Amino acid sequence: MEKEESSNLKPEAYIVADNIISPLGFSSFENFEQLKKKQSGVRKHTNSDLSLEPVFASIIDTQQINSEFEKLEPQEEFTRFEKMVILSISDCLKQNQKIDIQSKKTLLIISTTKGNIDLLETSVATQIDKKRIYLWETAKVIARYFNNPNQTIVISNACISGVLAIILGKRLLDENRYDTIIVSGGDMLTHFVVSGFQSFKAISNNIAKPYDAKRDGISLGEGCGTIVLSNNIQLLSTNKEQLIVKGGASSNDANHISGPSRSGEGLFLAISKTLSESKILPSEVDYISGHGTATRYNDDMESLAISDAQLATVPMNSLKSYFGHTLGAAGIIESIIGLHSMRENTLIATFNHSELGVTIPLNIIKDTLHVQVNNCLKTAAGFGGCNAAVFFQKVQNN
Amino acid sequence: MEYKNYINTFCSIKNGTVSIDGSISFEDKTLPAADFIKLVYKHFQISYPKFYKMDQLSRLAFVVSELILKNNPITLKNEDADIAIIIANSASSLETDEEHQRNISDKNNYFASPAVFVYTLPNILIGEIAIRNSIKGENTFFIFDKFDADFMSSYINSLLNSNKIKCCITGWVDFYENKYEAFLYTVEKEKGILSLEHTSDQLKKIYNN
Amino acid sequence: MDALIDQLKGEIIEQLNLEDLKKEDIDNEAPLFGEGLGLDSIDALELIVLLEKNYGIKVANPADGKKIFQSIRTMAEFIEANKK
Repeated sequence: MEKEESSNLKPEAYIVADNIISPLGFSSFENFEQLKKKQSGVRKHTNSDLSLEPVFASIIDTQQINSEFEKLEPQEEFTRFEKMVILSISDCLKQNQKIDIQSKKTLLIISTTKGNIDLLETSVATQIDKKRIYLWETAKVIARYFNNPNQTIVISNACISGVLAIILGKRLLDENRYDTIIVSGGDMLTHFVVSGFQSFKAISNNIAKPYDAKRDGISLGEGCGTIVLSNNIQLLSTNKEQLIVKGGASSNDANHISGPSRSGEGLFLAISKTLSESKILPSEVDYISGHGTATRYNDDMESLAISDAQLATVPMNSLKSYFGHTLGAAGIIESIIGLHSMRENTLIATFNHSELGVTIPLNIIKDTLHVQVNNCLKTAAGFGGCNAAVFFQKVQNN
Repeated sequence: MEYKNYINTFCSIKNGTVSIDGSISFEDKTLPAADFIKLVYKHFQISYPKFYKMDQLSRLAFVVSELILKNNPITLKNEDADIAIIIANSASSLETDEEHQRNISDKNNYFASPAVFVYTLPNILIGEIAIRNSIKGENTFFIFDKFDADFMSSYINSLLNSNKIKCCITGWVDFYENKYEAFLYTVEKEKGILSLEHTSDQLKKIYNN
Repeated sequence: MDALIDQLKGEIIEQLNLEDLKKEDIDNEAPLFGEGLGLDSIDALELIVLLEKNYGIKVANPADGKKIFQSIRTMAEFIEANKK
């Protein structure tokens, strides 16, 4: 046996810092405060650059991104996407100054579906090298800004990218090649993305209504979320409860490239693998942060999977009616809200949900709940038939 | 405890050449990328009408996956949920991204095509392989500037060694601006046709061959 | 009507990448989805784009597609009735 630390803490994938950039705020704290007050970032936008018709979406004010970014005193040009990611990571470094981003033991993982896709628009006048349309190139630019010596890993796996990135971070820590992993996920709302979802007739005519009988589609959004994981207990702050990533898994429906499976079998598989890796029983799960896009089929599919996993009575919410669907950032932003729910023992209400209307009844949170929250199961599903789940837990001191 | 995992078949399509397990099985250096991929599909008598609905990146991934799975039908030996598909490339879905961008370039009069838009995500090709073969395990799409044998071999070995997966279809599939390259292989815990040890060095050797 | 049906068949084969099919393979009355041509939900959305782009007809609710896209004939009848 190795000598035990006085704090009695084992090396695990500890959460040592986190940040959310959204229209609701530029820190996790601000975002969580807004959610407690049921403030949504989704509103009607009539920007013809984005869409011919008005569209409900959660969009960050570019002026605000620029003015916050100027405070970092950048020495070169960055894209809007890169600014968001750099701001998000910088806030984590400020929060926990023991994180050494320049260390060879620190790895960056970036999750995004489209990165700098706006560079494809010829009308965008920019000095930026078009090469940054390559996701690995924009990742290099971000790593260079922070003088991180390692090759950044980029995951681009539709709407489960963020959850996959957290799972990968935990797995790489378990291998012990790195002691700190910075997982950052971002996506921007562009004409590219809006027009695509419009062609799928998937966008709601109002703010999305997750799991609601009257739901009629998604609200899109943009943002960035960063979670810093570390197995180095030196990085832990002593005055906080410690949270860890316990397990996670992904799966494929093997059914259709755009429509969710009708059975929920794929998501069920990801959930059950996650729970068994985390050595947790369904009855022990305190809270589920669902995918809840508010399309007819997705929410029905989720209800089947959650119920098959014997989790139908667990308090559950979707945050898509606050942040919109932020694609590659969603899994990370929504996980961070889950982490803060655990820290504050406060579960957030599903905004704009009034009347349950999914295949199997779920326990959707309607009003902010103050209960003991020792763990959180985050789920996601996406185009390509992919599903993922990740499980977070408080460290029990005994 | 030391674990070993094995590459039991591999296939590449590049420069108008299809190689299976290191030997050339079909060649036509005259055709543009898209036509060549279609020719490969026909030459190997693959029959799957959905092929024609796929974008070029998915078509390329699909034909290579058909060839390795014909050679080494891991789906017959393993549970659907134990088979992983983990693939990487450099250009993501840029070929199709540009097509979608062309469709919407006139902001006052555009018709986005859902059948195009759905392929503006690189992991759709994983979905296509999963649907065809009913594969339900782990899936991840990575983006690197070039094939990273070190990362891919070490990550997949760790998934196998920790029993998160039993076998994996993995490699590199890239298609952009008439340039294309596909290299897929199967990794298993058991020895098989080739029984090449799944190490970074071995992987670099067969990738560069 | 016959001319429209013929034109539609060509447009559908092109728009939906039905490369293995020829116009004469498509029966005017056969169901487009499921058994018949085996089209799926993305194809249905694609047909909605086709109506808008080639005939200026907007279908706001994709659920309406079920009736309109029963067969080539029902689709042609819908175009005749709604063409501007």
